[in-house]
Amino acid sequence: MTAAARVRLRAEGLSLGYGENRVVEGLDLDVIDGTITAVIGPNGCGKSTLLRALGRLLAPQEGHVLLDGKRIDKTPTREVAKIVGVLPQTPVAPDGLTVGDLVARGRHPHQAWYRQWSADDEGAVSEALRMTGMLEFAERTLDQLSGGQRQRAWISMALAQGTDLLLLDEPTTYLDLAHQVDVLDLVQQLHDQAGRTVIMVLHDLNLAARYSDRLIAMRDGKIVAQGAPQDVLTEQLLSDVFDLDARVVPDPVAGTPLVVPIGSRHRVRVDSAAPADDTM
Amino acid sequence: MGRETSIPGRPALRVGPASWVVRLRPVLVPVIAFGLLVLAMAVNLGRGDFPIGVGDVLAVLLGGGDDTHAYIVLELRLPRALTGALVGAALALAGAITQSIARNPLASPDILGVTAGAGVGAVAVIMLGGSAGGISGGIAEFGLPAAALGGGLVAALFVFAISWQRGIDGYRLVLVGLGITAVLVAIKFYLLTLSEVADAGRAMVWITGSLNGRGWEHVTPVALALLVLVPLALFAARPLGGLQFGDDTARGLGIRVNGSRAALILIAVALAATATASAGPVEFVALATPQIAMRMAGTPQPPLLGSAVLGAALTVSADVIARTAFGVVELPAGIVTAVIGAPYLMYLLVRRYREVRT
Repeated sequence: MTAAARVRLRAEGLSLGYGENRVVEGLDLDVIDGTITAVIGPNGCGKSTLLRALGRLLAPQEGHVLLDGKRIDKTPTREVAKIVGVLPQTPVAPDGLTVGDLVARGRHPHQAWYRQWSADDEGAVSEALRMTGMLEFAERTLDQLSGGQRQRAWISMALAQGTDLLLLDEPTTYLDLAHQVDVLDLVQQLHDQAGRTVIMVLHDLNLAARYSDRLIAMRDGKIVAQGAPQDVLTEQLLSDVFDLDARVVPDPVAGTPLVVPIGSRHRVRVDSAAPADDTM
Repeated sequence: MGRETSIPGRPALRVGPASWVVRLRPVLVPVIAFGLLVLAMAVNLGRGDFPIGVGDVLAVLLGGGDDTHAYIVLELRLPRALTGALVGAALALAGAITQSIARNPLASPDILGVTAGAGVGAVAVIMLGGSAGGISGGIAEFGLPAAALGGGLVAALFVFAISWQRGIDGYRLVLVGLGITAVLVAIKFYLLTLSEVADAGRAMVWITGSLNGRGWEHVTPVALALLVLVPLALFAARPLGGLQFGDDTARGLGIRVNGSRAALILIAVALAATATASAGPVEFVALATPQIAMRMAGTPQPPLLGSAVLGAALTVSADVIARTAFGVVELPAGIVTAVIGAPYLMYLLVRRYREVRT
């Protein structure tokens, strides 16, 4: 096995759900070392559930998740926490918690009751805050931050954990476009500088295409397509997965696929020359 | 690391392999609370039919003083004050743990059924051990704390079991606890209506949380329980910081969420049940103290050690008021804590539901 193609996370026959309710059925997946993978799909397709299982936050009903070839559920959770960092979709924090304290919690797997703030901890937290540009906000409380800053603070916590695998569940939710780009640039930077492997769930298809090496498209708990963005993000796939009529054109900046949805307002003009119905 | 890495607001104390963040306010809280406790103890030990000055009390406590003073202070009054201090510390520590776990300032052992369960156990024993059952006084003497402890533990386990659905949710825990508490309180009062007048009177004194007539035999069990449970609590509390972020984030940080939460709740319940068994339900100490300590320390969650020491100081202070505010009539300390605590609870409820949820 070559280093370039090393599988970090593997899902084997993964079936996931909550009680009777199956969300993901018999899924297989390989995540290659040093890649950025984006999982896309309509609401409720099981992307977040898959991410939770990959990060051992959810126990599979069937199948396994392997981390570096070992079953993740047989590995002590603390050891996993030194390899995999997870940022859930809507993390909560107590009122009045400062950014510095939040990010320092990321060091939990490296600490013990007598060793709660070592020089290594301080260095890692400082480095994480510096990378996200949040060092100057260390003494602010979370409620004093904007949405984008808060998201950066949470990402800093995941970074301080010092893992080379990062699972991010919709890291750009609730952010305006500029801040979405900021966060994804940061992800890119983590990948480029430290060779981190990133798996993230994203809603914005165009950003997903731009910022990932691999796209995974899911529908109804199954993987419909996976591969390089230009191979996955086709007009046919958008119709199959999202029931969306769209044109796919090359992104004028990056050359990656750019999804241009058609929608009912313009379908008439696109489909035929028939005059629009004024009484509509 | 070789370069400036210090994080503002997180001053470090490092000794060999050990390291902590040491901040002034959280360190000062237990220190100030301990000062308050010593003062309240000295005043409390001096008051009574034979008044002794604070200076003389301190002299006795430090091993000096004259024999009369020593006898009165050490044999007659110290057990009561010590019981108060230990009970207050146990309750406040239990409250700090449950509030942190439930992420809800309303969560206290009072609400999780411990107090009400202990009440049912105690009233049942008082009825049986009194004139009704014909069982001798020995059972009532030893059986009362045992029954209270058992009742509290059983009630809390019941609340815990009903709330458990693939893990513990703080909000559900509080709601289930309130429901079970209401049922248990109804049972307690039903038992009271069935009992003889004299038994009912004795039960009422216990139910309001009294420190009257406490001897060394009351101090020892609480002291032993605290000796085990406090270090256990401080040790088990390390995941509390991570648990504040919700289950997924906590698991991501390598915390065994359900295991650590169950262990902490069990410790809190044991603390509260032991305290209630020895002094009756001293109301509101567990609810209010952690929140006061949290505001004093300026931390986002209640400080455990600070809450415990402050709980001891507040309970002994309440006992001073209970013993002296109304002349010869001694009130149970629980009345005083309730009079102070009830308006605080209302304030908390009003403020909580005015907050915009974010």
